Amino acid sequence: MTERVESLYGIDEESKAIWVFLGQIGGNLEPVSLELLTHGRQLADQAGWTLVGLLLGHEVGHLTEQAIAHGADEVWLADHPLLEEYTIDTYGRVVFDAIMEGKPSAFIAGATPNGRDLLGRLAVRLRAGLTADCTDLKLVTETGILISEVTGFGGGVLALIEAPTHRPQMATVRPGVFPLSEADASRKGRIIDFQVLLSEDMLKTEVVETVVGAGVDLTQAEMLVIGGRGIEGDFEMLRELADALGGDIGATRPPVDDGFIKRERQIGQTGVVCRPKVAIVCGVSGAFHFAVGIQDAETVIAINTDPEAPMFEFADYCIVGDAAQIVPALTHALTLEKVPSV
Amino acid sequence: MSDLKIVVCMKVVPKPEEVGVDKETMRLDRENARSEMNPTDMNALEMALDFKDRYGGSIDVVSMGPPFFSHFLPVGLAMGANHIYLLSDRDFGGADTLATTYTLALGIRKIGDVDLIFCGEESSDGATGQVPPGIAEWLDINQITMVNRLDYDTEREMVRGQREIPGGHQIVDTPLPVVISVATASNEPRFMDYRLKSWAFEDERITVWNVDDLKADPGYVGEPGSPTIVSGLEQAPSRERRMEFIDGTPDEIALRLAGILEDRM
Ligand SMILES: Cc1cc2nc3c(=O)[nH]c(=O)nc-3n(C[C@H](O)[C@H](O)[C@H](O)COP(=O)(O)OP(=O)(O)OC[C@H]3O[C@@H](n4cnc5c(N)ncnc54)[C@H](O)[C@@H]3O)c2cc1C
Ligand SMILES: Nc1ncnc2c1ncn2[C@@H]1O[C@H](COP(=O)(O)O)[C@@H](O)[C@H]1O
Repeated sequence: MTERVESLYGIDEESKAIWVFLGQIGGNLEPVSLELLTHGRQLADQAGWTLVGLLLGHEVGHLTEQAIAHGADEVWLADHPLLEEYTIDTYGRVVFDAIMEGKPSAFIAGATPNGRDLLGRLAVRLRAGLTADCTDLKLVTETGILISEVTGFGGGVLALIEAPTHRPQMATVRPGVFPLSEADASRKGRIIDFQVLLSEDMLKTEVVETVVGAGVDLTQAEMLVIGGRGIEGDFEMLRELADALGGDIGATRPPVDDGFIKRERQIGQTGVVCRPKVAIVCGVSGAFHFAVGIQDAETVIAINTDPEAPMFEFADYCIVGDAAQIVPALTHALTLEKVPSV
Repeated sequence: MSDLKIVVCMKVVPKPEEVGVDKETMRLDRENARSEMNPTDMNALEMALDFKDRYGGSIDVVSMGPPFFSHFLPVGLAMGANHIYLLSDRDFGGADTLATTYTLALGIRKIGDVDLIFCGEESSDGATGQVPPGIAEWLDINQITMVNRLDYDTEREMVRGQREIPGGHQIVDTPLPVVISVATASNEPRFMDYRLKSWAFEDERITVWNVDDLKADPGYVGEPGSPTIVSGLEQAPSRERRMEFIDGTPDEIALRLAGILEDRM
């Protein structure tokens, strides 16, 4: 019988370091990993700690430079053929071993499907505290306590969560919440080869295929045109406007569920949280689940036939009207203005 | 193999839009919020029912929560599950995902010989998505998260799950037993079977297990079993927006908007 659950290592054994799990897809570091290095750099500087990137993969050594250029002091590199694809069997084992060797005070990863799959399991193995899908991370310099901000209840409530007595302090962070620093190629860092012992028989999960499309990343879009149920599936019309703006298109959940557009373009609590300069939101009622996805947009323009639509409360410019008329007119106006006047 | 033993983990949650923060006490105000089954858990149950329809077996629903959950859980029976277990004890209160997964794993172990465990992708109140991989770790079994389609190769005794990943999908095979987390909106949950409904909602249809029944270590459940604490709570700040209405004909509006956009491009 235990009084209170204890983590495998405690504060007395921790190293004053923030570790970032560096996820990679198709031979590149995920944008969220670089965002975490950027933010982690600030936290580490403020506390005088070390920032470490943990990179797993096969023949991924070249990515260490990118991690260092974005702020890592050290990169622990585990390179092995069986780490080519993410599986919980191999990644779970190697990341656990690395954590037990480095004993970081904090361990963070992007709240991507794999990041959540991995940390959700490791937190139990380590008996550590884990917060999910954070929208902000702070480090209290005096105490070394990591404070995670999470949104709950459809985005209406913010909670601050900490795990003061357990190590590592773990968190997954929502992609797109931290801005990305410019790469600084002159930065110097250490690369540590982390030797792994893996064999085929440890692999219970077999990845049969991975299909990733052109890789839409709406978190980086500066101009975003978003359609809801009210545009009745006419994303072609939105695409034309987006093209005129040099931007991209997104959607609320209903058009995604109805198959008009792919899920990777869904904005909101269960989709992407974006931070564009301008979001033009057409035929969207403004449900809270959706609104959290655009709350960081600099300017929001809303077009809706219903003058009472809650969406207008989340907008800077409100247009009561039919999107099917306003959107083409706007595309037209923008295209016209680009033609030099005689 | 037609004796697949399936568990579905389901949770009752307050309707998110009805929960707020009491401005004075800075505590969560869920008093006035009505409850519902966690929406994604209905997708989890549907995937389990479909799996059972195709490959045979039985389905138990497991939930950890206060006694009032028993008003909601019979929906599972009315949709086709065979039995419901509610893990309920004062000492389970205040659990974070470490304690929750420990408790759910004990319940699943007590049911015994389980082949598949279906969970939702995430709960609308906790919203961690950590519970499914956590259960898999305690039980030392496989996991596939974010699954929107699941098939079973009876010969190899392997499940094949399609995972949703950003910009695409991934297909993975893994042997049983396995924990599956089901992606939101990956199916259309069936309606309750009205012939089952009154039976399902009869009293005493639910088996309740407490700390002693589960032989749980008191240091691993509820607050003592939870490394995380909530140190602050606030209403999400809503960014100040101008809320300026623009009138006119579509062309007039378009010109005005074009001007606003040019300044920001
Ligand atoms: C757990 C959970 C998570 C969720 N996560 C998300 C999420 O991540 N993202 C998300 O978007 N939703 C999410 N939802 C769903 C969300 O609650 C809303 O149901 C959804 O955002 C509504 O989409 P909508 O505004 O497009 O549709 P509706 O609410 O149907 O609104 C359509 C709007 O279009 C207007 N309209 C109609 N015709 C026109 C026209 N011709 N021109 C202009 N306007 C017109 C109408 O006045 C109306 O306001 C979630 C729900 C749950 C329960
Ligand atoms: N208290 C609980 N009882 C039963 N199942 C739960 C409970 N908490 C979480 N789950 C399951 O775990 C999934 C993910 O929840 P969460 O990790 O809290 O986001 C849910 O969709 C449920 O299937």
